Order: sequence, then C-alpha cells, then structure tokens
Amino acid sequence: MDSLIRILRQNSAIPRDDLARLLGLTEADVVAKIAKLEADGMILGYHAVINSEKWDAEAVTAAIEVRVTPEREGGFDRIAARIAGFEEVESVYLMSGGYDLLVIVDGNNLREVASFVADKLSTIDAVQSCATRFRLKTYKENGLLHALEEAPERLSVTP
Amino acid sequence: MKSRIAANVRDIPRSGIRDFFEIVQSMKEVISLGIGEPDFVTPWHIREAAVYSLEKGRTGYTSNLGSPRLRRSIAKYVEKNFSVSYNPHDEILVTVGVSEGIDLALRALLNPGDEVLFHEPCYVSYSPSIALAGGKAIAVKTRSEDDFILRASDLEKAVTPKTRVLLLSFPTNPTGSVMPPDELRKIADFAVKHDLVVMSDEIYSELTYDDLPHHSIAALPGMKERTLFLHGFSKAFAMTGWRIGFACGPADIIEAMMKIHQYSIMCASSMAQEAAIEALERGQRSMERMREEYRLRRNFIVSSLNEAGIPCPLPKGAFYVFPDIRGTGLTSREFSLRLLEKKNVAVVPGTAFGPSGEGYVRCSYATALDQIKIAVTRIAEFVKEPSSS
Repeated sequence: MDSLIRILRQNSAIPRDDLARLLGLTEADVVAKIAKLEADGMILGYHAVINSEKWDAEAVTAAIEVRVTPEREGGFDRIAARIAGFEEVESVYLMSGGYDLLVIVDGNNLREVASFVADKLSTIDAVQSCATRFRLKTYKENGLLHALEEAPERLSVTP
Repeated sequence: MKSRIAANVRDIPRSGIRDFFEIVQSMKEVISLGIGEPDFVTPWHIREAAVYSLEKGRTGYTSNLGSPRLRRSIAKYVEKNFSVSYNPHDEILVTVGVSEGIDLALRALLNPGDEVLFHEPCYVSYSPSIALAGGKAIAVKTRSEDDFILRASDLEKAVTPKTRVLLLSFPTNPTGSVMPPDELRKIADFAVKHDLVVMSDEIYSELTYDDLPHHSIAALPGMKERTLFLHGFSKAFAMTGWRIGFACGPADIIEAMMKIHQYSIMCASSMAQEAAIEALERGQRSMERMREEYRLRRNFIVSSLNEAGIPCPLPKGAFYVFPDIRGTGLTSREFSLRLLEKKNVAVVPGTAFGPSGEGYVRCSYATALDQIKIAVTRIAEFVKEPSSS
C-alpha cells in the first residue's frame, strides 16, 4: 500500500496497467486498492501541478500568517474551518511558533487577495492579526522543480 | 612491423561491451537498456557538499590511504551495514572506484601464474584485470536454473594448488543474482579449506530488494582475515563519474595495495572524497528513494518481458534483468544486433559477460520508466515478428 501511495503521489495519472506491473499485482487488484483508499478518505483527490506563472501571469498567491484567539471549546478548529470555507483559500494549516494559522490564498489579482484579507479574514472576531506575504516566484512545488533541469548526457552502453 | 604493444596487453581481447557501444553510437534515437549506471544524477546534497568543499579551497592531496575523516565514515558505515569492523588507521584504503581496488588487489596478491577463481557471467573487467596482473583467470559457470548463484561444489572442480584468490561479486552484474546465506557459508568454508584470499566486490550491495538483507562474506566467522571487501559509491549513491570507492581488509594487504596506489594514483580525488563523506553520513534517504524506484521498475520490466513470452526471472539485486532469449533461436549477439537494427532498442549480449552468458541478454532498468515502457513494447513486437527468428 505504501508503494502505491508513493507512486500516486508522484504521478496520479499513471495508467492502471503500468501500476499493476510496477507493483507486481493484477490490474483488478490495483483498481480495488485505489477504490478503497478513496473510500477511506486516504486519497482525497487528484491534481495536476500547474506552472501558474505560465498559465496566468496575473494570478497571485499569498501566504497569510494569522493570529487567532482560540475558543474555550474547540480551540482553533471552528475558526480554521470557517476560514477554510472561503473559495479563495487554497490551504489552511495550524502552525507552531509566532502565529497560529497559515492560510494560503489564491487570487486572480492583488486587489482580490487584498479585499479578501480586509473584508473577510481580518473581520472574523477571533482573528487578532494578519500578516500577508505575496509569492514572488516559484522554484519548487509539490516536489517538482519549476525550471526543468536538462538531462545530462549519458553514454548509450556501459559495462 | 613488430608490435610496439606489450604482449600481455595485446593478448587481451577487446571488450564486447565496447564493441557493441560503437555500433549503438553510430545509430540515431536508440532507446538504451544497455547502460550500467544509475539514470539518477548524484543527489543534490552530495553535489552541494562537493561544491562547498571547493569553495573552502579543499583542493590538495589527501593522505595516500584517503582522508582520515572519510576512512572513519567508511569504518562506521561498513560496521553498521555489513557487520564487520575495520580500523580506519590501517585497514581501509580509498580507491578510484572499485575498479582500481580490484586492479590493486590483484597486483598486490598475484605472482605470475597464480590462479584466480571467479563466477561467470560477470562484470567485464575481472578476467582482463587478472591477466594484466600476471594471473590466470579461471571462470566458474553459474546457471540460470540456479538463479546464477555460485556453488561450492563447482568451485571444488576448478580449484588447483595454484589457486590463490577467489573473486566474488554479489549482487551480480549482469544477472542480479544474490547469494543465499547458507550457500555463502559453504563458499567461505571452501576458501578456508583451500587457504584462499577472497576478494568480494559488493558494489551493488545496497541494491537488494523486497527487504532482502545483504550478507557480506567478510562478516562470516573466520573470514575477515582472508577477505578483501571492495565497495564504492557509484551505484547506491549514483556517483559513477566521481570515481570513488574503497577497499577494507587485513592490514598487510591494504599496505601492499597502498604501495601501488601511492606510486600510480597518489590519492583519490579530494573533491570526490568530500562528496563521499556526505553520501555515507547523510545519503540514506536519497539512496532508499532510488532503490524503491529501481524495485518498481524491476517489477515492471520483469512482468512485461514475461508477458511478451521472454522468460525472465525476478532478480533480487543490482539493476539488471537477464532474460532468456533462447526461445527465439538467435544467439545473444544476433538478438541484440537485430533488435537494434529493427527496433532501435539496445540491450547487451550476455556473451559480453563471458561465454556462459550465451542465450541471454542484459537489460538495465536504471532507465526512466517511460523509456523502459517503449523498449519492452518494441522487444515484444520484435520477438513476434518472424524476422527475429
């Protein structure tokens, strides 16, 4: 199961018959295992990793460090869920250290993100402060380098 | 004109691999399963350590034996992973790859006419290196039906009073064979019985699969004092071009090897030695990632070849499969040449690894999966076509 997850994390679009050969299983086994992982909520979904600078140069991503007053019952969870519900929010993590929630926000432009922070995020009662940091350039994302490395030359036959 | 070349060099046949390489070179757009090195670039943290050492100006000679820090790292690594302890002070020599280690050891151990036993099919350089060191190479055949392991009973038939050295290499290039511990024990008993020095080339030892542990003959009781353990960084850490390896063994043999090494090489490249320290101390994670990738590709290539009707057992180590192509009615060389001509796929004829490789070809899965996929599809087409037979 570990190998299956590892392969799918790297390439979820891999054909099922290739997966079967890599894992030494039948194709039906592979399909069943994946169905189970999906049903168990182990696999939540499949994404393509897009080079967003090529796809849409205007788009912006911000990492917002949010300090929150935790609630007596429920701690950070209810507030985090409330923030996560917004469509602009790509990811929400509870962090150790100087702030509480790290909120990754995608917007079509700077104004969109700014208005999300001003109107939606910072107006939540429990939110004490927001520090918004915009992404300038992506070098590596989901384990993939953005500038493709050129494969070095290899000899065609070696001992 | 009388040849200017020394007789012992002149008499060495050209490498079958070199031969085949030249043919492949002359063709365009070949998909090659003929490459005996990792397709991964050396992990970045190792490259970065070498860059750092250059920035720091560590560019001088090191001690002939190799930098003390590297030898200490080697001692630790070998003790942890192979269960043999060596003194970094006088039982470890850093070499320019295992290749140099083999050459040094043979030159240090052999008198003219001494015999060296080795198992075949095997890496291409053993027999010529033995001959260049003045020894007589005695090949002992291993068999496909035996998973290409070495049998002590076969060694008994080949040993003579002149036999001095037994050269082992498990996991084996080109067969991927791994010795079961009980058979290895019999080989050790054989070496003791005939008072042989064992040279054990364990360059592929990290690359065993399915949680199969690697056993070094050096770790068996009574073997450390007669075994030269040869290892390097090329395969496990994807560092072929760095040319760095090491030999561990009894101080008298290491001292003799060092004598030759100091006059011919001086010391291994200091930059490569710095990178090697990083590989040993922090390379486990990247090594395991590459090994997992090889394991999956091995499964892929084995099932694909078997589906195509080419019998191919699942090897336990290294990154080669050695399928049986006798069903095509072709010799290894004919198979490889025709496959290359018709399908632009390069494999290496089994005979490049000794005459007992006839009937087999070596396919390396140290190649990206998409390339392997195309190659096996073409091999499957090739064996179905009447022209292949």
